[in-house]
Amino acid sequence: MNVEISPILLTVRVAGLSTLLLVVLGLPLSWWIARGRGRLRWVARLAVNLPLVMPPTVLGFAILAILSPGFASGRFLSDHLGLDILFTWKALVAGSVIGGLPYMCNPLLGGIESLSPSLREASAVLGKGRLETFLRVLVPALRPALVSGIVLAFAHACGEFGVVLMVGGKIPGETTTAALALYDAVETSDYPTGAAYAGILLGLSCLVLVPALRVGRSIAGGAR
Amino acid sequence: MIEFGLEKSLEGPRGRFRLEVEERVAPHESVAVFGPSGSGKTSILRMIAGLLRPDAGRIVVDGKIWFDSAAGIDLPARVRRAGMVFQDYALFPHMTVEGNLRYAAADRRELESIPRILEFTGLSGLAARMPSSLSGGQKQRVALARALVARPPLLLLDEPLSALDPELRSQLQRELSRIRSEFGVPMLLVSHDVSEVVRLCGRVVRLDEGKVIARGTPAAVFSQGRLSAKFRLHAEVLSLEPADALVRVSLLAGGDVVEVALLPEETEGLRPGDRVMVGTKAFQPSLWRMEG
Repeated sequence: MNVEISPILLTVRVAGLSTLLLVVLGLPLSWWIARGRGRLRWVARLAVNLPLVMPPTVLGFAILAILSPGFASGRFLSDHLGLDILFTWKALVAGSVIGGLPYMCNPLLGGIESLSPSLREASAVLGKGRLETFLRVLVPALRPALVSGIVLAFAHACGEFGVVLMVGGKIPGETTTAALALYDAVETSDYPTGAAYAGILLGLSCLVLVPALRVGRSIAGGAR
Repeated sequence: MIEFGLEKSLEGPRGRFRLEVEERVAPHESVAVFGPSGSGKTSILRMIAGLLRPDAGRIVVDGKIWFDSAAGIDLPARVRRAGMVFQDYALFPHMTVEGNLRYAAADRRELESIPRILEFTGLSGLAARMPSSLSGGQKQRVALARALVARPPLLLLDEPLSALDPELRSQLQRELSRIRSEFGVPMLLVSHDVSEVVRLCGRVVRLDEGKVIARGTPAAVFSQGRLSAKFRLHAEVLSLEPADALVRVSLLAGGDVVEVALLPEETEGLRPGDRVMVGTKAFQPSLWRMEG
């Protein structure tokens, strides 16, 4: 068995960071799609859901093209913003964020759309400003949806394969995640190593599911 | 004392209409705005609370101007802090009962009043519960208690009893009266339910498509001078059977089957399935007190 620690650490780092970025990005984006104005919202909803129907390799290729210095977009990012991230772990994060958008945004959209408008109004009538209402009432009331989004986005990022292969290049020790290491092990018929990586990935998924279920239960029932 | 004169263009079930209403609510008074759905009742509460901007008008509460279109004054809802109780209660689902009340408190004095309000509204035993585990009547009481924490100059109630069963209705009705006398808060409630208005209010303003069509005591407004000495019941004819010189008619009225005896000429043209109105004199009827 030849299990290395670096693919596991990289998987946790990429999944953790991309989930965090998805929370920061997904919350305002979902809010705007659900409650904002204008036709652009419809386009945004479509774009957010594209990774669900696109083959991951196609999505990976698209991100590869956007980031590649061979294209104008990649040259712009490299020359003007100093973003030269292709085939680094940062590209894996970028790919996981784009691929994970529907997993974070769809539960949030459902949560925001089912929030009663009277919650916001009740808070205002009780003397609270917009920011306080958003942070103390609306975001916590969205906690079950947020937790679903976090679990799905994290689990998806842990198991992401096609996109990270395209944008990361599967460089050993640098951009080889646990899912890619599992593939390598199976390809060389090293089944014990493959089983170990598979078990670790399964364990990671369970690790995020348990606290998520606890949060859901505490909101549904409360102290009785 | 609350005085308001409001004008607002609204969308109703029969198209656009203009809401025009003027009213004063004295301290310790409880006034109902009564009318069918879509007549602009809830909009009045929302305009007073600061959740909907009137096209024109003026709202003065205890001498303080909350809204004056001519002077360009429009205090935001968070400054007005009207005691609004929403129809769907609007309890914050992630906070306990006590948490909901604590959120409403703006200062130490209001925080310190919470145990007394919990006790007064019979919620002390439920303080640690989450809203999702409460019954409809309990949620209603939490919403009311939360509104009281902010020491509002008035209570605005949107169909306060409509979602509750009859037993809870009379219990909450008693509580609302108790709260009004204890806290001395004037109440303005909207309703499309006659019994709710009669139970809770001393005065009623009847609204139709945004216009006031009657105002006065509930008894005066709802009878509108047509005070009747008869009961009228809607019924369906189930069967007609000749019995000696009379005809025995079975009727379905309010879920009960009732048999009445009529003269043959009175049943002419009647057939099973016909919808009829049964009238009887109101003089010396028998009344039985119901349990509960």
